[in-house]
Amino acid sequence: MTHYDINSIRADFPILKTKVNGHPLIYLDNGATTQKPSVVIDAISDYYTQINSNVHRGVHQLSQLATDAYEVTRRKVATLIHAAYEHEIILTNGTTHGINLVSTCFGKKFIHAGDEIIITAMEHHSNIVPWQILCEERQAVLKVVPINDCGELDLDVYRSFLNERVKMVAITYVSNTLGTLNPIKEIVALAHQYDAAVLVDAAQAIQHIPIDVQALDVDFLAFSGHKMYGPTGVGVLYGKEKWLDQMPPYQGGGDMIKEVTFEKTTYNVLPFKFEAGTPNIEAGICLGTAIDYITTVGLTNIAQYETELLKYATAQLADIDELRFIGTASEKCSVISFLLNGAHPYDVGVILDKLGIAVRTGHHCTQPLMDRFGIPGTVRASLAMYNTKEDMDALVAAVKRAAHMLL
Amino acid sequence: MTINEIQDELIADFAFFEDWMAKYEYIIQLGKELEPMDEVYRIDDLLIKGCQSRVWLHADYDGDRVVFTADSDAIITKGLVSLMVKVLSGQTAADIVKADLYFIDAIGLKEHLSPTRANGLVAMVKQIKLYAMTLAAR
Repeated sequence: MTHYDINSIRADFPILKTKVNGHPLIYLDNGATTQKPSVVIDAISDYYTQINSNVHRGVHQLSQLATDAYEVTRRKVATLIHAAYEHEIILTNGTTHGINLVSTCFGKKFIHAGDEIIITAMEHHSNIVPWQILCEERQAVLKVVPINDCGELDLDVYRSFLNERVKMVAITYVSNTLGTLNPIKEIVALAHQYDAAVLVDAAQAIQHIPIDVQALDVDFLAFSGHKMYGPTGVGVLYGKEKWLDQMPPYQGGGDMIKEVTFEKTTYNVLPFKFEAGTPNIEAGICLGTAIDYITTVGLTNIAQYETELLKYATAQLADIDELRFIGTASEKCSVISFLLNGAHPYDVGVILDKLGIAVRTGHHCTQPLMDRFGIPGTVRASLAMYNTKEDMDALVAAVKRAAHMLL
Repeated sequence: MTINEIQDELIADFAFFEDWMAKYEYIIQLGKELEPMDEVYRIDDLLIKGCQSRVWLHADYDGDRVVFTADSDAIITKGLVSLMVKVLSGQTAADIVKADLYFIDAIGLKEHLSPTRANGLVAMVKQIKLYAMTLAAR
């Protein structure tokens, strides 16, 4: 591994100097959202002080500058995920938006009564509900690939689900609750044998591991800016040109049209066909800054660093007798979910907060997964590039203290 | 004792605690000591959904007074529920309806009663007042 300068990375994130309840902030809720480096924070201010203007419309100087900056982000995203064409990158307002766009527009064109859609037992509600809505509308069938007690997909069942009626496989790359890293390449290859498209929810993957959409051969990939050190309110939907071209538009409005008459409207080319209305320009531009930042540190470096950290923390926490991990897949990424025997996750979260440690507690928008494990929720610590071994030590000490107080 | 007398007593009790640890240990203790709710009342009809921790609340009317029993699946919430029951249970419906629950803020637990806190406590207080209002309106 090249030199990973954790101190200099931490210095780039001003919020990490904050104190919470008298303790230095230890931020381990990165799965919910990541903190932002100064370059991103400054870029937001720069946008409003220097080039604020609407995009894709004006001939005036500012509008040109804003449009150029916005389109630079599209190029950076395409490079980041190795898309074949820039116009396969649709800027959305987040992962949920991207998935709903596909379920709606792909659904209108390709899903008919009796067709089948496959999801998995570890999906976030955002990758369950849109497909349920679609299946109800179209009398299609939703099938759920089960997981084992470690939180790994049952690939035999997945294989047995595949047939010519399957039109879509929607699956998360990394489980937000369990941390399971799914074998996407294999899943895609199997789906393609039956000409089913695959949508990958990469909300918990894009900030942790390098992704190459062409190597994986995924048909759609969705993620959010705010979970990758960028601003809230912007996200990305990657779609293969062959699908996007065939799909009808999502919303009607400005920017997505070629020509409008009261008799007939023709639609704009990709990607604008799917980008109706004024987008979140500032967030879009500054997502580009976040991508620059990630690229400079290097996703391979980040992945290696975070994996070591995850292993370290897992080993330390395993020493706590009353602790039970939820999600022990052999391939994991960033997330440690656990319970203290007999303690409600909410109670643990309150005590950790008092000690300055930010974790998430609850069902993490994966209620069916909680039902699968027969638990009300978990305590989730999720890592980012700026966390340290000292953070992990503090977490372990705090969990011990919570166990002492609660049990 | 009136609602405010009980609140003042609790504020005095909590003044002894020097740090949050001691305070929370006491709340956890209260949660553990709260009279277990009769299983027949731990049903969905009496459940106040708080997204994370759940609170069950049952009300009985005793003349013009309202008697509450409550429970939660999280121990800190249960301790706070216990404080609410101490303050409000057995009071007259009219007093409950107009009660200003200032003790929560005074003992430094305001954050638990914030409407954004997903622990069911705010909904519990609302529900308690609703029961009292129903009785007062009779």
